[in-house]
Amino acid sequence: MAEPIRLDYVVPGDDFTRAGEASADLKSRLKSLGFPPAAIRRAAIALYEGEINLAIHAGGGRITVALTPERIEMALDDEGPGIPDIALAMSEGYSTAPDEVRSLGFGAGMGLPNMKKYTDEFSIASTVGEGTHIRMAVLTAG
Amino acid sequence: MGEFFHSVTLDRELCMGCTNCIKRCPTGAIRVRDGKAAINPERCIDCGECIRICPHHAKKAIYDPLEVIERFEYTVALPAPALCAQFNNLEDPDLMLSALRGLGFDEVYEVASAAELVSEATRRYLARPDVAKPVISSACPAVLRLIRVRFPGLLDHLLPLIAPVELAARIAKRRAAQRTGLAPEQIGAVFISPCPAKVTAMRMPLGNERSALDAVVAIKEVYPRLLGLMKTAPVEPLSTTGRIGLGWGESGGEAAGLISTERYLAADGIENVIRVLEDLEDEKLGELDFVELNACSGGCVGGVLTVENPYIARVKLKLLRRYLPVSRNHLPEQAEERLRWDAGMEYQPVLELGSDASESFARYSEMQRILAALPGLDCGGCGAPSCKALAEDVVRGEAAVEDCVVLIRERMEAVLRALRIDPGDPHRTR
Repeated sequence: MAEPIRLDYVVPGDDFTRAGEASADLKSRLKSLGFPPAAIRRAAIALYEGEINLAIHAGGGRITVALTPERIEMALDDEGPGIPDIALAMSEGYSTAPDEVRSLGFGAGMGLPNMKKYTDEFSIASTVGEGTHIRMAVLTAG
Repeated sequence: MGEFFHSVTLDRELCMGCTNCIKRCPTGAIRVRDGKAAINPERCIDCGECIRICPHHAKKAIYDPLEVIERFEYTVALPAPALCAQFNNLEDPDLMLSALRGLGFDEVYEVASAAELVSEATRRYLARPDVAKPVISSACPAVLRLIRVRFPGLLDHLLPLIAPVELAARIAKRRAAQRTGLAPEQIGAVFISPCPAKVTAMRMPLGNERSALDAVVAIKEVYPRLLGLMKTAPVEPLSTTGRIGLGWGESGGEAAGLISTERYLAADGIENVIRVLEDLEDEKLGELDFVELNACSGGCVGGVLTVENPYIARVKLKLLRRYLPVSRNHLPEQAEERLRWDAGMEYQPVLELGSDASESFARYSEMQRILAALPGLDCGGCGAPSCKALAEDVVRGEAAVEDCVVLIRERMEAVLRALRIDPGDPHRTR
């Protein structure tokens, strides 16, 4: 049994251009670990969406990844403003992104829906004023 | 893995064992071992970056000498669109094509003409409803090989059509056979190439079982001889290409030649290409129909076998194309099927750490332990491009941690201290 691999990333809240570093790093590691291309792609897309959310909405946050040959688990935790209505935030096209973010091509309201769509397991918990916690997993056999 | 042929090779005599090439290689294919560079044939994509960077000219491309035409009864020269862009004040492609015949070729058929047919086939392919968008151009052989080793998730986006030079070789040989009655093997289709990767593509084709090309001669080899002949050779009306065909010689030309869509992107230069492929893989680039990628800056005019500065070459190409008709070659109905690849394109997982998940995981953990002990300077002194690459080589059993010159120096200093010798002045004991 291979020992699980743990990766830690910090997404800064003040430098929007650095969002994407964690997903790029994860992708290259998954490739060298021999994960199936389809699983790599789904994990990278989901994590990238998560990074963008942390940078835009949460003022930064932490990402913890745990890898086994069967699972890519990703945990995203922040101490941002929280999401008042999760069901609404999960609906495609809903966005609270400010205009300057939208002008960069982000904020289309597809972040959370895409994270759910590209992963096999997805859960979200959020408390207004305290932060948001997302757990998602991509199964390599799936 | 079978045998490998690569056009890009090393001249061991000239190699000084410096670190320029290992740092530049986009697939991490080069290491310096025993004072000389060594290219890993599984990883090399023939992009030519090491040829560009090597200050000692120890990296070179293998191609055929012009004398190769003596091997055939009948020869057809297939000039790349980039060839037209090498000359000053060339206003008529016929001047250059006539000089090319003067070199001893029986016939000339422009790759640009075949490129117009590929443009048309691409247009029809893009119109199909079942196509994975964006479609990624497959004409640059170095990009094709890069995708095959680094971007498996994008393989199904590749345009599954043969490259213009391959189509040109097929057309030229068929026509020459009809005209002369000779057997195909007596006819030589000779590409006049800006690009070493095309030499590799001829010997080890991707996408199709075998190449119709018989030889690849470098633009820089024929260039000086053409200069002379262009002054003397009688000019014949040989050119059959339009603006779209010649446009393939520069970055953006293939995509612009599609006309049917404006939703395209063209990136050139291997680093830019990699950045675009990473973003495509992550679906960051929005709704595009077509992506044109060229490993060389400026496109094919930037190939390492060319003569002219690629930016000047682009200006020359633009001037030459100015008064040409848009396109002079048209594909018959349903003929696009004949341009389809006849072999699959499979992922080559040469960057994986192990042969299966458990080996990869074990090696990964070991690699992290080694990496933590390395200095993190990425100095290249060990012969690997970075500390991470050295750690990877160690777990693969191809290098030792002791190859790290910084670690060795630290250990030596520790030994000297233990012996109470001053490392700054070994003759004096403390």
